[in-house]
Amino acid sequence: MSNTFLGMPTLPVFGQGNINATESFPQAARRELANTQLRANLGHATHTIRDKRLKVVAELPDWEDMRNAGSAIKDATMANLPALLEQFEANFTARGGIIHWARDAQEANEIVTALIRETGETEVVKVKSMATQEIGLNEYLEEQGIAAYETDLAELIVQLDHDKPSHILVPAIHKNRSQVREIFLREMPVVDPNLTDEPARLAEAARKHLRKKFLSAKVAVSGANFGLADTGTLTVVESEGNGRMCLTLPETLITVMGIEKLLPTWSDLEVFMQLLPRSSTGERMNPYTSLWTGVTPGDGPQNVHLVMLDNGRTAALADEYGRTALNCIRCSACMNVCPVYERTGGHAYGSTYPGPIGAILSPLMTGIKSEENSSLPYASSLCGACFDACPVKINIPEILVHLRGEDVDSKRAKLKVPTQMDLMMKGAQWAFSSGSHLNLLEKGLPLGKLVAGRDKVIKKLPGIAGGWTQSRNIPAPPSQSFRQWWDKEHKPGAAVVPGTTINEGEQA
Amino acid sequence: MKIALFATCIVDAMYPRTAQATVALLERLGHEVVFPSGQACCGQMHVNSGYFKEAHAVVANHVEAFDTDDYDVAVAPSGSCVASVKHQHELVARRCGDAALEARAAVVGAKTYELSQLLTDVLGITNAAEQLGSYFPHKVTYHPSCHGMRLLRLEDRQLNLLASVGGIEMVELPEAEQCCGFGGTFSMKNADVSSAMNADKAANICGTGAELCSGGDASCLLHIGGGLSRQGSDVGTLHFAEILASTLENPATVSGVVKLAGSKR
Repeated sequence: MSNTFLGMPTLPVFGQGNINATESFPQAARRELANTQLRANLGHATHTIRDKRLKVVAELPDWEDMRNAGSAIKDATMANLPALLEQFEANFTARGGIIHWARDAQEANEIVTALIRETGETEVVKVKSMATQEIGLNEYLEEQGIAAYETDLAELIVQLDHDKPSHILVPAIHKNRSQVREIFLREMPVVDPNLTDEPARLAEAARKHLRKKFLSAKVAVSGANFGLADTGTLTVVESEGNGRMCLTLPETLITVMGIEKLLPTWSDLEVFMQLLPRSSTGERMNPYTSLWTGVTPGDGPQNVHLVMLDNGRTAALADEYGRTALNCIRCSACMNVCPVYERTGGHAYGSTYPGPIGAILSPLMTGIKSEENSSLPYASSLCGACFDACPVKINIPEILVHLRGEDVDSKRAKLKVPTQMDLMMKGAQWAFSSGSHLNLLEKGLPLGKLVAGRDKVIKKLPGIAGGWTQSRNIPAPPSQSFRQWWDKEHKPGAAVVPGTTINEGEQA
Repeated sequence: MKIALFATCIVDAMYPRTAQATVALLERLGHEVVFPSGQACCGQMHVNSGYFKEAHAVVANHVEAFDTDDYDVAVAPSGSCVASVKHQHELVARRCGDAALEARAAVVGAKTYELSQLLTDVLGITNAAEQLGSYFPHKVTYHPSCHGMRLLRLEDRQLNLLASVGGIEMVELPEAEQCCGFGGTFSMKNADVSSAMNADKAANICGTGAELCSGGDASCLLHIGGGLSRQGSDVGTLHFAEILASTLENPATVSGVVKLAGSKR
C-alpha cells in the first residue's frame, strides 16, 4: 500500500465530536448512581413523561398501524437515500437555498463558521439542535470568537451552567427548578435578585434574558426535524416559540441536518406529525411547527443555508444489522422508559445521544473499536421497553446484541490473551452444547452446597461473578439436578408435587 | 398429548422442583411427558453477551435434541428461554451461515411453548383450582418477566392462572412491568445499575406485604430472591408452576418444611 493521497477518503468514514464517550459506561454509571439528587430528579421526570405518553398513545386506535407506517417510510428512505438526497438538493436549491455537504464534524463546523464570517457578525442565536450538539458547534464557534446563544429554555439552562445536555428532548432533565433558579441567579447578567423557583417566574427570567438577542440577531443556526425531498422543505417542531423567532427574524439562517432526516414526500409528515409529539412530549400536537422552503423574497431570512451532515451516518447505513437505528426521529421515548437511563441519567452515556438509542447510535456512528464506546451496547438489561415505545419500531435490543457481537469479534481479533468473560463463555459453551456434559457438571452440585455451608447461601464469588454477589446471594444448589432425578426416580403418571422435594438445600 | 419438557439449564441445575412441578401439572392432566436427554441450554447467555460463535454450538445442540417427531409440543417453564428458542435461534444460525440449522431451528421454535401459553392456549386451562386442583393459601405478588411480556406477549396468562388458584390472595405489585435488572451478564458487567434496579424491585415487593413473589422465569426469580436474601428479607420467590402444582393434599409450604429459594430463614 502506498501512502499517496488519491483524493478518496478511507471508508467507512466514522463520526467525530460529542458522540465519542470518554470513559466506560459502568464507571460513569457508578458515579452518577451515587448522585441522589439526580436520581430523584430523573425518577420524577421520566415517570411523568412516561405516563403522559401512555395516555395520549392510548387515545389512538391506529397507533400500531401508525408505527408500522413510520417504520416503513423510514426504511424506504434509507434504501433510497442517495437519490432522495439529490432530489432534496435540487428542490432546495431551486427555491433559493444553498446546500453544503459535510463529511464530518470538523467540516461542518468549518462551513458554519465561514458562513457566519461572511455576514460579519460575531453573535448568533440558536434553535435547539441535536446535530450541532453532536458536532460541538458552540464550543468551536467560541474558539473562533463567535458567541452562540441557545434560545430553548432547557438548552439555555445547560449553556448558562457550562454543563452538557443529558436528554434529547429535555436537556436539563437532571436539574430541578431550585437548581435552575441558582443557575439563573449566578449566570444571568441582569436578573431579579428576588427570583423564586416558580416555573412561570423562571420562564419570565429566561424570556427577558433572551428577548433582545432575538430582536438584534442577524444570524440564526438551527437543526431540523425533517427534510422533505419532494419539495425541498425543512421542518422544525418545537414547544416554546423561540425556534419560530430564530427561523423568521434574522437575515441569515444556517441549518445543520443529518442526512438521515429526509422523508420522501410532504404527505409523509401526516404520519410523523402524529408519531413525534405523542412519543416525545406526550402531547397530541406540539405548539409550534415551522416549515420553510428556500427563500421567500421580502419575508424571513434572505440567506438560507443548509449543511448536510454525514459524520458517521453512512457508516451506520452500511451496517446490515444496525442501519435501522438511523430511522430515529429523536423523540426520546426510549430513554423515558429505560430503567437504566432512569437511574444513571444521560451523562453516563458520554454522548450527545444518551439512553437506549444512544447506546446503539453512538457506536454505530463512531465504530465499535474505541474502548469507551464499546461499553455502550452493554448498558442495557435487554428488557425491551425501548422497542415497545419506539414510534418507528427500531429493534434496539436486537441491535444492542448485534453490537455486542461486533465488540466481542473485534476484541478477539486484537487480543491474544482471552478475557475472564471469554473463558467463562468458552466453558459454558462446553457445558451447554451437550446434555451429557451438563449432566457431568451437575454431579458437582453437592460441592456448591458445601460452599454454601450452614447458611445455605453463597455470599461471595470471585472474579467477574463477584459483580453478582455484590448485592445478591445465591441459594445453595440442590443435591441433584432435575435430569438426575428424572433418570432415577421419575415414574410416568405418578404426579410429583412440590411437597415431595428433592431439593434438600431448600429444606429447613 | 405427548409433551417434551425443555427444563432449561438454570431450572435443571438450580431449581429442579420447578421442572418437577411442570411434569406434575402435565401428568395430572393426563398427558405423557418426555425429557429429551440431549438438551442443555437455549444459549441466550452466549447470544446476549455477543458470543455468537460459541452460541452456535449451544443452539445446534438444542435443535438436535428437539428436532424429532417423537413429541407433539415442547414446553419450558421460562418466558426468556422460550423467547430465545423462538426468536434467537434462527438469527444465530443465519449469522453463522448455517442455513440447515436455521431451517430446523424454525421448526423447533414453532412447536415450543412457554408453560402458561401451553396451559392456556393449547390445554384450555382457565381455572387452576377447578381444572388442576391447585391450592395455595398464601399472600402472593407477581413479577411479569420482560421477555415473556415483550417477546412472547404472554399478557396476563401467568397472572390469571395464579389468580385462579384455590385459597391464594394475589396483591398487585407496583411498577410490575419494570425490569428487575437481571439481564444475564448485565448483572455482572453493570453490577451497580443492575443492583439499583433490583433494590427498587425488592422495595416494591416488600411494600405489598406479600409472603412471596411469583413469576415465570427462574433466572429473574434467582436475581430478585438473591437481592431479598442479601437484605435479610423473609420474602422469597417461587415459580408459578410450583404454586399451580400445590394441592390441598400435597401443599407447597411457604415456611417451615420447605424453604423457598432465595429466602434466608
